Amino acid sequence: MTRPKVDLHPTTRPPARHKRPLWAMFARPQVVALAMVLAVNWLLFPGFFSVTWQDGRLFGSLIDVLNRGAPVAILAIGMTAVIATKGVDLSVGAVMAICGAVGAQMVNSGQPAGLAVAVALAVGLLCGLWNGILVTLLQIQPIIATLVLMVAGRGLAQLVTEGSIVTFSDPVLIFIGTGSVLGLPTPVVITLVLLILATLIVRRSALGLLIEAVGVNRSAAHFAGISALSLLLVVYAFSGLCAALAGLIAAGDIRGADANNAGLWLELDAILAVVIGGTSLMGGRFSIPMSVLGAVIIQAMNTGILISGFSPEFNLVVKSGVIILILILQSPLSARLLHRRARRSPKAEDAA
Amino acid sequence: MSQDAVLLRASGITKVFGTHRALDGVDFDLRAGEVHALLGENGAGKSTLIKILTGAYQPDGGTLQVAGQTVTFRDTLQAQGHGIGTVYQEVNLLPNRSVAENLFLGRQPTRWGLVQRAEIDRRARALLATYGLDIDVRADLSDYSVAIQQIIAIARAVELSGKVLVLDEPTASLDHTEVALLFDVVRGLKARGLGVVFITHFLDQVFTLCDRVTVLRNGRKVATESLSGLDATDLVRMMLGKDLSFDHHPSGLASMRHGAGRGVERVAFAGLTRAGSVEPFSLSLHQGEVVGVAGLLGSGRTEVARLMFGIDSADGGSVTVDGEPVTIRNPAQAVAEGFGFCPEDRKADGIFGELSVRENIIIALQAKLGWVRALNREDQIELAGRYAEALDIRAADHDMPVKLLSGGNQQKVILARWLAIDPTFLILDEPTRGIDVGAHAEIVRTINRLREEGLALFVISSELDEVVAYSNRVVVMRDRAMVAELTGEEIAPDLIVRAIAGAGITTPAEVQP
Amino acid sequence: MKLKQKLALGAGLMALSLSSAWAQGLEGKVIGFSQIGSESGWRAAETSVTKAEAEKRGVDLKFADAQQKQENQIKAIRGFIAQGVDAILVAPVVATGWEEVLTEAKEANIPVVLLDRGIEAPQELYLTSVASDQVKEGRVAAEWLVGAVGEATCNVVELQGTVGSSPAINRKQGFEDGIAGHANITISRSQTGDFTRAKGKEVMEGFLKAEGGGAGICAVYAHNDDMAVGAIQAIKDAGLKPGTDIKVVSIDAVPDIFAAMVAGEANATVELTPNMAGPAFDALDAYLNAGTVPEKFIITESKLYTPADDPQGEYDRRKGLGY
Repeated sequence: MTRPKVDLHPTTRPPARHKRPLWAMFARPQVVALAMVLAVNWLLFPGFFSVTWQDGRLFGSLIDVLNRGAPVAILAIGMTAVIATKGVDLSVGAVMAICGAVGAQMVNSGQPAGLAVAVALAVGLLCGLWNGILVTLLQIQPIIATLVLMVAGRGLAQLVTEGSIVTFSDPVLIFIGTGSVLGLPTPVVITLVLLILATLIVRRSALGLLIEAVGVNRSAAHFAGISALSLLLVVYAFSGLCAALAGLIAAGDIRGADANNAGLWLELDAILAVVIGGTSLMGGRFSIPMSVLGAVIIQAMNTGILISGFSPEFNLVVKSGVIILILILQSPLSARLLHRRARRSPKAEDAA
Repeated sequence: MSQDAVLLRASGITKVFGTHRALDGVDFDLRAGEVHALLGENGAGKSTLIKILTGAYQPDGGTLQVAGQTVTFRDTLQAQGHGIGTVYQEVNLLPNRSVAENLFLGRQPTRWGLVQRAEIDRRARALLATYGLDIDVRADLSDYSVAIQQIIAIARAVELSGKVLVLDEPTASLDHTEVALLFDVVRGLKARGLGVVFITHFLDQVFTLCDRVTVLRNGRKVATESLSGLDATDLVRMMLGKDLSFDHHPSGLASMRHGAGRGVERVAFAGLTRAGSVEPFSLSLHQGEVVGVAGLLGSGRTEVARLMFGIDSADGGSVTVDGEPVTIRNPAQAVAEGFGFCPEDRKADGIFGELSVRENIIIALQAKLGWVRALNREDQIELAGRYAEALDIRAADHDMPVKLLSGGNQQKVILARWLAIDPTFLILDEPTRGIDVGAHAEIVRTINRLREEGLALFVISSELDEVVAYSNRVVVMRDRAMVAELTGEEIAPDLIVRAIAGAGITTPAEVQP
Repeated sequence: MKLKQKLALGAGLMALSLSSAWAQGLEGKVIGFSQIGSESGWRAAETSVTKAEAEKRGVDLKFADAQQKQENQIKAIRGFIAQGVDAILVAPVVATGWEEVLTEAKEANIPVVLLDRGIEAPQELYLTSVASDQVKEGRVAAEWLVGAVGEATCNVVELQGTVGSSPAINRKQGFEDGIAGHANITISRSQTGDFTRAKGKEVMEGFLKAEGGGAGICAVYAHNDDMAVGAIQAIKDAGLKPGTDIKVVSIDAVPDIFAAMVAGEANATVELTPNMAGPAFDALDAYLNAGTVPEKFIITESKLYTPADDPQGEYDRRKGLGY
């Protein structure tokens, strides 16, 4: 078989793409939003940026933001891949509760912690696969398919814990939730490692491109010979695995598996983090690091509200106000306005 | 009412979507007491025209007159107010409500704010009796066959509007007797002085039922004529835009067709079939051969291509590539065998609008390699550059989203995508639809060039002069089956048109499994 | 049920039943119980205590779990009426929409006792309502703190329940009432911890940072024990000793807070008893056997527990109740 010799004319390369300057990376609306939220936090509480070394670990509000934001950030990493395929995974909060409960019950019944962690992660993976099967083989819409486990999952978790908070004292599980590695809280380290691994796997392999292709146009992907089925299974299973990790962290944090409250409504925060990160709910282009940034923005806001001293009745109002602001900031409309202003300025014209 | 009075007249109707002119100065008129067929291939502008007539779209140019008065319709409700009603192919009534409720939904007779069920039922029975239907009007709509549902939808539309009825492919899913039942109803309406616009792609039904016909092609009106002086060949000719005197043989091709210079057999399909979609279909394609496919919409031409590429699964048949039997159950397997497919609906099934030109070009090769073996950026740039150059894809930058390119360039991007996998066999479904004239000629030239490179191609087109220009063989499809295979001197527009029109009159019932 | 749990349950029951004395008893009576569900550990404990109380008195208890749905509760009550039970206990999931089904019960001459929560319906539709006084719970917690700090200045941080919920509003109110008139005690920060351990910990972390690493905090008052347990962990993470550096007072008396007391990390808790059924059965006993109409609102005791009250024993007694 010979490659058709279609190059009848001498090949000229298309002009090489201009490299974006480094500062352009920081000119994203999400980075601006984070800077704004942090600045407001600092105004409300001047000690916000102070980080001290205490008991062999870093200690301070900034560290709290990263530590508290870790579960949502981990969920957002999995959720990003799902949303990029034009899906959504509403079950992650419930899967957190299930996996936390499984891990806690196992260590309490005397199983080694390593096994408990492995089983909890495997259960998360299975939950994700279940979602994937509903979405692919049964062709149920993702929002409905994952709603099943969102509702049933919390019940399953309650069955595992028999309705109560299962308190444990296993050092490994507690380390996952509250320990520290090189001075950083373990959840933060887990998030960073997962972020780097996931980004590398997705971008160094063709997984990212194929996921985006399925998300942009499922039918065209099918016509182009992409096997969307296995891709979707992988993506939902990964989301389940991320939820399991987040569930172990949440349980380790309070040294107990709280089936009723662990991960409650966190699926919505994770979706919000992905959206703030700029991945469209319509599928397609995605960025895992930006979703993690979105999770950090949400948590910076939550922490800010906690230390602001406002009455808690304002919490939700403030939060929604800030979110609307961020979404406006990254809307196509404001991008156009910014663009127009940049064009008008003579300096930008010189550069062009 | 005079039987010849014009109920509805559209003059110089133009409709533009973006840069695409869907309708260009189309005239149409409908008389009282006539059934007027509206014919045309995909993209001819039929559905745009009826949407304008029924108020769903507003024209960008031209005027509408109802009974001599100029009107503008803001929406379908206003069109209804002027007496124009529509019944679509998929009945859009409420399946889980009773027949009577469906007939009177939104205008139930009430007394003191209460719906009078008995009164509704009585009126529904009376109404359906005028259509010769005696059924239980309290039963759910879904209890009845599609044909009865169609008649109920017609009854409702006529009740609401009363002068003009537009029937959009009403017979597509009906069997023989149901079609006859529906036709009786339409004839009854005709006798009552209604004007009926009838859209179908079954030519025999046009002759059975209709008085006049208007044919559209590429957004323009070809003709409005009385059916009494026409035969099926005339209609096909008008739809495909072929003059019987037209004859055009590119010199190089003619000798090739006669010569035995066919390459070795690359791909062979034997007895490929799918119930209700494609009758057993056999064809072998050789290296350096273009097989053109001619046939009307609904003839099975696209359906056959989908079976070949594994998009729909075949009920039977076998495929060999270079003499080896292969299994093709999905497009991924087809791609693995070196097949490529440029679909008819480029936007829905072809391009990834948000992705870059480069990604759109390498995506099929990447899918074939699997997700682990990623093409690195340099390879991608090289591949995209090579094929963009070869096919003369005009894009400022290969990192720009492909949706910003023109239709012709998008089509070339999809072609480039398949060339990048080093294909054995390419299927092109209407490769020149909806692209401008310049790109048109380029695509035709490219097809010829690919044949010279040794590919086997299966090209579906309703542009007969194109088919003639690039085909070594022409396969003609009708009623879900291959009805003729033309070679050599037989590849001429007039012969193709005759083959498409066929001799006999068939109804869909006869070809149903 | 495991043997250990059974034993613990028995022990818990003995403690809970000391106060009950009855005339002729409810032996052989059939009583329906429509429970909300099992949304919290306390709810699970209420269910198991109710079942145990019934067993102890020889009551044939018909139990129905409504899974958080009023329609299920109404169905269950209709079922009880159809079976002709002697009385009905209801822990209502919502406050409104009960008139119709309670009227049916009244017409069938079946007394209804509300547990744990009140409803908006005419009082003649039910025999009595057994509930705790949430304002009093907050006041008891405040009174303990007033006694514990004496004249010293004390900045209290408050972990509220879910914003807008009645226990959050009432327990806040009661605590504020209790410290009124003691100018040395002030609430410096107040945020919601949604009644959960995780949020309690997160909010306490924020408080500790905002109050100079905890130096400015004398005590934490949590609207439930779960949030207090979370706060205790946050205090420890900040390098302080809960119970000593920062006093911890909360409400509910769940087993884990007694475990914290044993470790010296919690100072006081106010009991929300899961034994609503005991007083209810007592009232039914008097009514069915002697025709004594009970008071319309029976308030359960809001008992204070401190490390002096045998926390290890309390922990063991409660552990098997399903908390």
